[in-house]
Amino acid sequence: MNSEQPPAATGRAPGRRERAVDVLVVGAGPAGLALASRLAATGSVGVEVVDREDEPGGVPRHCFHSGFGLREAGRPMTGPAYALHWADAAVHAGATLRTGVTVTGWSDAAVPAAAPLRVDVTSPAGTERITARAVVLATGARERPRAARLVPGTRPGGVFTTGDLQRTVHVHRRPVGRRAVVVGAESVSYSAVRTLREAGVEVVAMVTELPYHQAAPVTALDARLRHGVPLLVGARVGELLGRGRLSGVALRHRDGRSTTVACDTVVFTGDWIPDHELARRGGVTLDRATRGPAVDGSFRTDRAGVFAVGSLLHAVEPAGTAAREGLLAAGPVLRHLTDGTGPAVRVPVEVDAPLLWIAPNRIDPADPCVATGGFTLRTESRLGPWSSLVVSRGGRVLHRQRLLRSAVPNRTVRLSAAWTANVGAGADGEPVRISVER
Amino acid sequence: MTVTVSGPLPDEVYDVAVVGAGVVGAAIARELARYPLRTALVEASGDVGDGTSKANTAILHTGFDAVPGSLEARLVREGRDRLAVYAEECGIPVEPIGALLVAWDDEQLATLPALARKAARNGYRRTRTVCADELRRREPHLGPGAVGALEVPDESVICPWTTTLAYATQAVRAGVDLHLNCRVDGVSEGSRRSPHRLSTGRGPLRTRWLVNAAGLYADEFDRLLGHTDFSVTPRRGQLMVFDKLARGLLTHILLPVPTALGKGVLVSPTVYGNVMLGPTAEDLDDKRATGSTAEGLAFLTEKGRRIMPDLLEEEVTAVYAGLRAATEHDDYMIRSHPGQRYVTVGGIRSTGLTASMAIAAYVVDLLSEAGAEPGTAADLVPVTMPNLGEAFPRPYERAELIAADPAYGAIVCHCERVTRGEIRDALAADIPPSSVEGLRRRTRALGGRCQGFYCGAAVRALFDAPSHGAPSYGAPAADSSSHGSEAAR
Repeated sequence: MNSEQPPAATGRAPGRRERAVDVLVVGAGPAGLALASRLAATGSVGVEVVDREDEPGGVPRHCFHSGFGLREAGRPMTGPAYALHWADAAVHAGATLRTGVTVTGWSDAAVPAAAPLRVDVTSPAGTERITARAVVLATGARERPRAARLVPGTRPGGVFTTGDLQRTVHVHRRPVGRRAVVVGAESVSYSAVRTLREAGVEVVAMVTELPYHQAAPVTALDARLRHGVPLLVGARVGELLGRGRLSGVALRHRDGRSTTVACDTVVFTGDWIPDHELARRGGVTLDRATRGPAVDGSFRTDRAGVFAVGSLLHAVEPAGTAAREGLLAAGPVLRHLTDGTGPAVRVPVEVDAPLLWIAPNRIDPADPCVATGGFTLRTESRLGPWSSLVVSRGGRVLHRQRLLRSAVPNRTVRLSAAWTANVGAGADGEPVRISVER
Repeated sequence: MTVTVSGPLPDEVYDVAVVGAGVVGAAIARELARYPLRTALVEASGDVGDGTSKANTAILHTGFDAVPGSLEARLVREGRDRLAVYAEECGIPVEPIGALLVAWDDEQLATLPALARKAARNGYRRTRTVCADELRRREPHLGPGAVGALEVPDESVICPWTTTLAYATQAVRAGVDLHLNCRVDGVSEGSRRSPHRLSTGRGPLRTRWLVNAAGLYADEFDRLLGHTDFSVTPRRGQLMVFDKLARGLLTHILLPVPTALGKGVLVSPTVYGNVMLGPTAEDLDDKRATGSTAEGLAFLTEKGRRIMPDLLEEEVTAVYAGLRAATEHDDYMIRSHPGQRYVTVGGIRSTGLTASMAIAAYVVDLLSEAGAEPGTAADLVPVTMPNLGEAFPRPYERAELIAADPAYGAIVCHCERVTRGEIRDALAADIPPSSVEGLRRRTRALGGRCQGFYCGAAVRALFDAPSHGAPSYGAPAADSSSHGSEAAR
């Protein structure tokens, strides 16, 4: 792999080594690697990417299906090929890429927001304290496991998330089970179905609480018609059954019925949560709705010099979106290295039900540009094709955008950034509100 | 050093057999190991501490609220002091953070002086009343409505998994035979000359003296020897564990003021850096009902929202249920039957972890009084356990350790920061885990917020690596957790 071991510790006393870099990127997924490749390509800054996993590439590494990289490389790639593509890009551009290196915390825990930025890391080579002029958090997201979803019952084996399943099947090549139920019917759920099928597991049902699936119609049709996977809508898993090994799941249907599906495997898919531990421990303010760091259009958090990109901001968008954000964040990071200041005023951007969240979710009136080119949102219920997103502040409508097609939960809704220059300062932290007009 | 997991049992007559390798049984075996005796520790499950002991509230009690004058009160008080010293010696994580009994109305507030007096009658005189303002200052995340508290400064949190494992490891190293996967289903009582003959799933086991530390099954075992002193009614306690990022929300164990209905729901830090909410208290018939329920979780959620609303904003990392061995009696049911060369240790409830070492000493005294003639006690070689506690340096933080062995710098489980070196050590330990769940209790691997999203496959692969000889679970019907592992964190 294109990873590089750090230089050996100097001096004889085994202790924490102190080092300094210009930019430290935490997380070698598509977002972190793309950012590193662009920053390093400028030739003017030292960039180091660290990742706690042994191989770079992030989640695509265990997504063995095709469909990655159309935008970047003009050809479809599998997840692992896509992961390699960005790792190569970063290393060829001159970034240092180190894997098996975990950032365990910020060195100045007592004053989390204090400058300079210093983190502690652990790797088989030892412990280090790295000082950086900018830290970019690209720590990604994970699916909520069974416990976090408060699914009651026994604690048998055979309970997975998609990430666990994909690593078990594709990376460790280990058997899974015979009959599986997939919880969820969004894009990642269909990836889980595919992985199960490749592992020789019969998928006996997919279950979603919503009245419809939330994936591309062709994917859902293919699973249902060609592979005979029944989709149970308006139902949720009420209980896990079995001792030692899962023996079934009890389903609660919307109409009050209960049924039991016999299976030895259940995969909880979707329901993403950003891996925000490092952000929180560093005193970075989170957005209440996304649970990722609150960032402005330049990927800046409220801690000067700390940026955030990728799935950490919007769990979860396709890998290509994360990589594009990495590329776009290079400009703001370089600017910070030059002028060194953080945003002075941040106007919150908030959403009204049925919208769930928006990213980015702060506007800096002095820097209203949105490097991402637009906003990403989620809704918790279907919005018809004639609905409009309405942007307002203090009762003043700034923008109105008609949805060209219907929007469903667990899928991307986009909002243009055309209105951000009109937000203006003042109004004492009065948030910008995004609402829906049906 | 003998640990067996399968095959016939040794054809020898043991001096003492302890049935049940929970925290109490393991403590008794450890105490017996100090004497020149042949002792067997016999366990139905594939691991030590696999029943009630693994799924409790993990508090090292002062015993301030015990029934004054009871055996439990005495053994909790003595056991607490012994275990505190022992934990220090072995590296069992203990944090003496203190407890606050929070009063939520004037009626509860009015009962605090009586609780302080009761504590004093139990020999605990360091309680102190805390006014609403001070309480708010010390626990700013408490929900609205708290009117005062009784402070119990010496209540502590402890690692229950390491405690049981330390006892058992020390016993085994001192010569006790540990027989796992060895369910006892019958006893032919010995006569004055001949030993007891236990029939087990792995064949017969002969022993002169017999100790029943069978926990939830202690009443059934007792009946095999003709006693009907008590029956065990499993009392289920469901608990929710919140992510480490919640740990900053509180600094004490937050106890409710006990009512006629029981001790109620507490919020407590754990030594692993999490926050625990629970338990429920449900009397059941089924001694295997260690599942959680929608009603139980809804109840805890509602209670938690009132005690500490901010806690409910945090991620839940685990939900589990344990069964306490409640009986119809108010006290421990420790009974010596000298004529039968038999001691029953029943009805050991949630305080059993705290009292374990005192129970063990008491049981050995009973055996002596009954004529067992154990001989002269010797000191045991101390054991040092791997640290699972967040308040003490973990291997990933220790530069000198990583320099000596880079495996301690290779973090496998990211949420809990468990290294390859720790997993390797646990798999090679004197009492190796019999399941991934057992590995989790020895290392914390897989116990964190992602529950295996990142490391599940890697940890299971390490567990199954042929080098450590554990049973493979390659067949689809087999699995990663042992029988009855539902209640493990």
